[in-house]
Amino acid sequence: MKKIKYSKITPEKIYKKRRDFVKKLGLSAGSMFIGQNLINPAFASNDNLENKITEYRYITTYNNYYEFGTKKNDPVEKSQNFKTKPWNITIDGEVKKKITLTAEEIKNIFPIEERIYKLRCVEGWSMIIPWLGFSLSKLLEKAAPTSKAKFVKFTSIYDPEQMPGQRYPILKWPYVEGLRIDEAMHPLTTLVTGLYGKELPNQNGAPLRLIVPWKYGFKSAKAIVNIKLVEKMPTSSWMRASPKEYGFYSNVNPRVDHPRWSQASERVIGSGIISERIPTTMFNGYGDEVAHLYSEMDLKKNF
Amino acid sequence: MIKYFKVIVFILCLWPLGSISLNIYLDQLGPEPIKKIMHHFGEWTLIFICLTLAMSPLKRFTPFNFWTKFRRMLGLYVFFYATVHLLIYVGLDYRFDWDPILNDVLKKKYIFIGFSAWLLLIPLAATSSQKMIKLLKHNWKKIHKLIYVIAVFGSLHYIWLSKTIFFKPLIYSLIILVLLALRIRIKKKDINYG
Repeated sequence: MKKIKYSKITPEKIYKKRRDFVKKLGLSAGSMFIGQNLINPAFASNDNLENKITEYRYITTYNNYYEFGTKKNDPVEKSQNFKTKPWNITIDGEVKKKITLTAEEIKNIFPIEERIYKLRCVEGWSMIIPWLGFSLSKLLEKAAPTSKAKFVKFTSIYDPEQMPGQRYPILKWPYVEGLRIDEAMHPLTTLVTGLYGKELPNQNGAPLRLIVPWKYGFKSAKAIVNIKLVEKMPTSSWMRASPKEYGFYSNVNPRVDHPRWSQASERVIGSGIISERIPTTMFNGYGDEVAHLYSEMDLKKNF
Repeated sequence: MIKYFKVIVFILCLWPLGSISLNIYLDQLGPEPIKKIMHHFGEWTLIFICLTLAMSPLKRFTPFNFWTKFRRMLGLYVFFYATVHLLIYVGLDYRFDWDPILNDVLKKKYIFIGFSAWLLLIPLAATSSQKMIKLLKHNWKKIHKLIYVIAVFGSLHYIWLSKTIFFKPLIYSLIILVLLALRIRIKKKDINYG
């Protein structure tokens, strides 16, 4: 599985801290990427901005999570009392075995790995985030999708009492996203349970969120309560809000502009006022892994 | 007296420049500093547009006459902050990389309308002096009605760059619409009593 190599992006200080953390936590099966790092610490320090993990404070204070408000600092300020326990997630629809699990059970059943992926927001900025999680496919396989399962629909929690943004019709609530089944089964598609070696903060979509690193950030639904295998392409909240601007696929693509802004380049979060934009890459740099999924598709039409 | 007042207002109007400089110095701009600086000046441009448009209604509806004496200065500040806003976009954000800038201006409607608004400000700034008022006579008033178009363009620029229904751009648009609507009433009055 390709990702930006951990060893390449971690500044030495954090890397050492992380190693201590791993020892304490006793992560074993899940620590394959960290293991790589232990074997090869020669590249532990690399100042290349492009390959630097974004600071924790930025990852956790600069969020698009409209359930808590449209400002970037709304999620961190308004989500701190959000209840993530108990939390049930149901996998149903076109499956042989409908399952309901708690977030805790999921964390115990599946080996948690550290996965460092670049997150590219449709607004033209990017972060590099060390997530904790596992391939969604492992969870889906447990439910045994039927042959009718062509798409996967993700539904986030609806709770306007706790989520002030949901009291306004900013989007159609609850938040809905979707993937094609082969996208959902792709090993890069991650069900996230944490970041920076810690529990997932509420503002980042706790307790369970998705990460699809080759797509714009909004495809990665937060606080998921239901995963439904379906036959027809689901309509996501953003497609509903503005079908001309947000397509179902929403793969990162520098050649297909958002109708209102360019996608050719991006700002790297935390890089300061001196640094320049960097060019955006096809599939956010994960083309080697995912391009084959779209080999027969016109990505300008299927944006 | 009004002279001293003008000096004070002039200095107060530099506040946006001072506050952002302080924030840059203290490194308080957060994860996307360039965007923050750009938006800071964009928003202040809109605020100064509102202030400029507020002067003649204030003269109408308050017992004071001095309001319109500040209008020229405020208008020039609109041009000043709009220019800084544009320079940050062109220079700091895009490093004078003209290809994507040109592409944006031509293809992205919020940039197109924002840029148009800035272009329309140029003749207003250029004809703001007492000399030009005398020279252009009644045409001067016509030219300076462009500020209404600029105000509408400015608010559309803000609305269109937002991803969905955001409150702040709508609030600015509402203020601008109210300020423009006040003028329609003033005009009718003039006709009625004139």
